[in-house]
Amino acid sequence: MIKVSSLSLRADSFALSDIAFTVPTGAYAVLMGRSGCGKTTILEALCGLRTIQSGTIYFGSRDVTALPPAERNVGYVPQDLALFPHLNVRENLAFGLHARGLPSEERVEELGVLLGISDLFGRTTAGLSGGEAQRVALGRALAFRPSVLLLDEPLSALDESTRDEMHSVLRSVREKTGVTTLHVTHLREDAKALADVVLELHGAK
Amino acid sequence: MGEMNTHRSERPFYIALSVLGGGYALLVALMIVANVAYTSPAHIIDTLRQPAIQASLWLTLWSCLLAAAFSLLVGVPMGYLLARTKFRGKALLEAIMDIPVVLPPLIVGLSLLIIFNHFRIGNVSLEQWLNAHGLQFTFAAAGVVLAQFSVAAAFAVRTMRGTFEQMPARIEEVALTLGCTRWQAFRRVTLPLARRGMMAAFTVAWARSLGEFGPLLIFAGTTRGRTEVLSSSVFLELSVGRLEGAVAISLIMIVVAVGVLLLVRKVGGTRL
Repeated sequence: MIKVSSLSLRADSFALSDIAFTVPTGAYAVLMGRSGCGKTTILEALCGLRTIQSGTIYFGSRDVTALPPAERNVGYVPQDLALFPHLNVRENLAFGLHARGLPSEERVEELGVLLGISDLFGRTTAGLSGGEAQRVALGRALAFRPSVLLLDEPLSALDESTRDEMHSVLRSVREKTGVTTLHVTHLREDAKALADVVLELHGAK
Repeated sequence: MGEMNTHRSERPFYIALSVLGGGYALLVALMIVANVAYTSPAHIIDTLRQPAIQASLWLTLWSCLLAAAFSLLVGVPMGYLLARTKFRGKALLEAIMDIPVVLPPLIVGLSLLIIFNHFRIGNVSLEQWLNAHGLQFTFAAAGVVLAQFSVAAAFAVRTMRGTFEQMPARIEEVALTLGCTRWQAFRRVTLPLARRGMMAAFTVAWARSLGEFGPLLIFAGTTRGRTEVLSSSVFLELSVGRLEGAVAISLIMIVVAVGVLLLVRKVGGTRL
């Protein structure tokens, strides 16, 4: 479960106040809103990458409001993916496991199957197509079995057929992992294809 | 350089750029040709045989290496702080970091001399206090390294700052969400990605150190076999009217500089 209560935060060009929403455990929520209205900022706050002015954030029964990003157990896929260019695909997938001192081999193989990227393991990230890179970023975020998955406009940069393909990847990830997901987008079709819960963000000031 | 796509009508544009830029390339080439023409291989070998020049070459190599290494050691953290953080007094710190870049190097030497010989610890100068503890900077080899470092580090800071500014912060942020502490993200993501910048910073600092002369003259002196580096050897040769010797040493410096540049590239590799 993701439970956000009376969240207020300020960015360079706007402020958001009194944001509240709940995503039930295991649900796939799509947060809609036009570009620049603060969706990304909210995700950053959930990850612990942005200080908030007030409010609380719960993941399940855990109050993570004051925790550093590493301790929130959150999988984050930013819009630009930010894959590690100095590591190959396998190393990217294993990164979060190594950082936590967990064994990686078996889990990485598992992710390769789940996301259909086993044949990319030895590749560098520079040569990946948009859809491939997206799957690797998703796998990297899921590797350590986070309780919450946050996706920032994951499909906006993809062409239509790749997007359809990613819709089915995301559906199967959801079926197989049951991770509580918050997917931020401005694309209505993402919500139609994936959402159990649709949230809309209006009126950033 | 990639292939240039030159449409016929674009040719005058590229010709104009080539003439303006090429004039400078020609000047540099002429300087090297002039040096080579003024001396002979025998002359260079003679010069290299002199024990004083050998000592000077040796001191140059290790003092520049140390100065560049220390420059990188402060350039990485300071560059990162300036690129990634906001804090009170940052503008002042930026100005301080620019001083060695804009200040005439001679004044750096003078300032070091004053620090070491007029700042007091108890009732002795800093230099005297250090001497009592077995260290010597003024007119000593350590002073050569310090004088080189004082200027070179500012260039390393600039280079590293530029490197970190170009690196998206997002990539480190993702590392944080994946379970890294700040230290781990820095070590496992930021530093490996900054490798090219670090090589550039090291090279720039090394080259500045090689060319340093003014501060050395004032702070470390140019004592044969003790604080003489190649740049001061050129000066010493000139001061006694041996132009050939000065030119021969200049050519040795060019060879050393190009050699080190190639070595750094090779050691640093080309991946990323």
